[in-house]
Amino acid sequence: MIRIEARPQPSAVMAYATPVLAVVLTMIFGGILFAVLGKDPLQAIATIFWEPIFGEFAFFYRPQLLIKGAPLVLIAIGLALGFRAGIWNIGAEGQYIAGAICGAGAGLAFFPTESVLIFPFMVLAGALGGWAWAMIPAVLKVKFGTNEILVSLMLVYVAEQLLASMSLGLLKNPEGFGFPGSRNLQQYPSAHNAEIISGTGMHWGVVAALIAVIFAYVLLTRHRLGFAIRVTGEAPRAAKFGGVNPGRLVLFCLGMSGLLAGLAGMFEVAGPSGQISIDFNVGYGFTAIIVAFLGRLNPLGIVAAGLLMALTYIGGDIAQSQLGLPAAAIQVFQGMLLFFLLALDVLTNYRVRFGAAEVL
Amino acid sequence: MTPLLSLTGLTKAYPGVVANDDVSLSIAPGEIHALLGENGAGKSTLVKMIYGLVKPDAGQMQMTGGDFAPTDPRMARAAGVGMVFQHFSLFDALSVAENIALGMETPPPMRTLAARIREVSETYGLPLAPDRVVGDLSAGERQRVEIIRCLLQDPKLLIMDEPTSVLTPQEVEILFETLRKLSAEGTAILYISHKLEEIRALCDAATILRGGKVVGDCVPRDTSARAMAEMMVGSTLATPKAAAHDAGEVLLSVTGLSVASPSAFGMSLRGISFDVRAGEVLGIGGVAGNGQDELLAVLSGELPCGVGMVQFKGSDLAKNGPEARRGLGVLAAPEERLGHAAAPNMSLTENAMLTGAAREGLVRRGMLNWTKTRDFAERIIAGFDVRTPGPDNAARSLSGGNLQKFVIGREVLQRPEVLVVNQPTWGVDAAAAAAIRQALLDLAADGSAVVAISQDLDELMEISDRFAALNEGRLSDPRPTAGLDVEQIGLMLGGAHGMEVAHV
Repeated sequence: MIRIEARPQPSAVMAYATPVLAVVLTMIFGGILFAVLGKDPLQAIATIFWEPIFGEFAFFYRPQLLIKGAPLVLIAIGLALGFRAGIWNIGAEGQYIAGAICGAGAGLAFFPTESVLIFPFMVLAGALGGWAWAMIPAVLKVKFGTNEILVSLMLVYVAEQLLASMSLGLLKNPEGFGFPGSRNLQQYPSAHNAEIISGTGMHWGVVAALIAVIFAYVLLTRHRLGFAIRVTGEAPRAAKFGGVNPGRLVLFCLGMSGLLAGLAGMFEVAGPSGQISIDFNVGYGFTAIIVAFLGRLNPLGIVAAGLLMALTYIGGDIAQSQLGLPAAAIQVFQGMLLFFLLALDVLTNYRVRFGAAEVL
Repeated sequence: MTPLLSLTGLTKAYPGVVANDDVSLSIAPGEIHALLGENGAGKSTLVKMIYGLVKPDAGQMQMTGGDFAPTDPRMARAAGVGMVFQHFSLFDALSVAENIALGMETPPPMRTLAARIREVSETYGLPLAPDRVVGDLSAGERQRVEIIRCLLQDPKLLIMDEPTSVLTPQEVEILFETLRKLSAEGTAILYISHKLEEIRALCDAATILRGGKVVGDCVPRDTSARAMAEMMVGSTLATPKAAAHDAGEVLLSVTGLSVASPSAFGMSLRGISFDVRAGEVLGIGGVAGNGQDELLAVLSGELPCGVGMVQFKGSDLAKNGPEARRGLGVLAAPEERLGHAAAPNMSLTENAMLTGAAREGLVRRGMLNWTKTRDFAERIIAGFDVRTPGPDNAARSLSGGNLQKFVIGREVLQRPEVLVVNQPTWGVDAAAAAAIRQALLDLAADGSAVVAISQDLDELMEISDRFAALNEGRLSDPRPTAGLDVEQIGLMLGGAHGMEVAHV
């Protein structure tokens, strides 16, 4: 008989081993899924994980890794701060959109003036936009005790409507022949989030992500605010006894994750994407939730997890085009990763024993 | 006479510790048998084996002459073993009868069950109405629900784990009457307790465990409480002693404190007033659930109160949260160790940071000094004899008593001007409890004001200069401890006395 029993201490080994185990299990069960769909599982897995980094067209895909990874890491860092404290911002996608709209709007307002001040102003506007969008669930939670999960999630759909309205109305390109979508910021040098070193994928969003990682790492390990976040997540009553003001913590965590998501949206719209359009958002805000957990809510882990998720995105695209795998199969594959990770999480605090039943 | 239950050579080892080592004892029908021992002596493991929760590694159990090896509690219950746990497993929102029905394999129709509950409760002098909602019951009444739940199965052996820790002296008397009646009818009782005077009053025989082994048997009536305590501890006990000191200026002053309880099943505080002076210990007695948690939360700053209700050295504390109060020197140690006084999954170092940040200078401009915090944690561990491999261990890996020593030590070492503690020695073994009480007395002797909230009256009599009872959220007038007898205290606690006029 199999049973699980509580460990006296959380296992440090398992805390690091479970993400790896989860990836391995995802490969195995993903492979089975691909086999059932009639594809060669080994080839499919190799296409997803090998092709983007070492394949024939790796020179094209490697920069993509940074381009796709940066927003994931940036958003996931913010989410992890909240998740650590038990504050569940599920609406990063909406804050990402809000940041993009505000950032792009701030830049386009000056079109066609050229100035070095425009880009920093856009960064500020993007951050503020994301922050403000996240403050809606935060203030509602603190003032009226609403559930931040529901409110932040619902606001994603509001943001999507806002995005559509912007692409069709206020921010629509006057020279766009009536097509929806804003002017392309890539063609507006002062507002363009260009690659810092050409051909590497390294844009200002990547820099921002790295700064955020260091900031979050120091905050969580060395600063009293980070300590407040961790205690609140572990034991809310103990945190309150220790002097943490739960309301302020909600405002900080939601505000911070909104701010970072807004930045991610701004860097995306000013760089790789280029314009506000109806289908501007591609789910970074939701995937970042997986990234945050895959990275153990640890800033350094999130970097690794962000790159891994970016890899499955890129590899998934290649598998779609080369092997004809349906997009849904790739999404299931990514979902499996979170599923296995959360399931295996049990092993950190419990151990599995084989033998006769005994209740302690 | 064949013993009802006999245990021979029971052994149970867990990784790193032998919880029970070759334990033998026997209980005759109708015997009230005490099981004595400090925390970690192996009492819980032993009764869990009898109740089928834990399987022994070696040894035999026999019940009325036949082999008895329960693999689960259901089997133990079928063989006639009933157990009343220290912590009740009752649903606040359900009625007494519904709660009892939930614990039964095949509950009879509610009307039959209610009639049986009434019948049992009358037979054994345990007044309890089956249709009352458990959330409205006192701790003593809740315990009756658990006892009646067991009695409905006609047990031959009733195991009671620390049954009196939540009762007023009067309720203890009622319980003892019931247990004596059961014993007279032939039901054996295995009685686990720390309270030696109770054991002397109630039990026919006692088995003393220490470090998992039986270290002695005695007839409690003929043995002094001190002798039993020393058998438990294995050494002579030091009685906490207060150094002579004069009460100084008023440090903490509470005036007309009324606060609504934040939770539905909590207790609101109603018009509480008291002063505590430097060098004084004020003992606040009362059965848990009468506003103790709320009072501590108000004094620690977790629960906001009105302006002017709580003052420290004459200045109002209403606007000061827990952190600001610590800065001033008003410290607190809540009852619930895991999750309130300490974060279970965090290390002792991190838990030292939790309340030590301000007074120990562990934070500079918002940045945490972990080296200094670790030193602080190590000082607590050394100063209060906390048994743990080191400050990096998680709080939840410590036994209850050790964690309690850590929690109390953490506050005492910060040299508080006012220290408020709730159940400072709850679940702590005799030696550690004495050490904690001594630390509180020393603190007072050095000029701090101590407020000790506790259910343990012996403890309060031992350490406090003045005593007040908290009942239904109201506090009686504090009276000097010297000259109070148990009878008076009991009445103060019950609230059914002229000293405390009941008014809603």
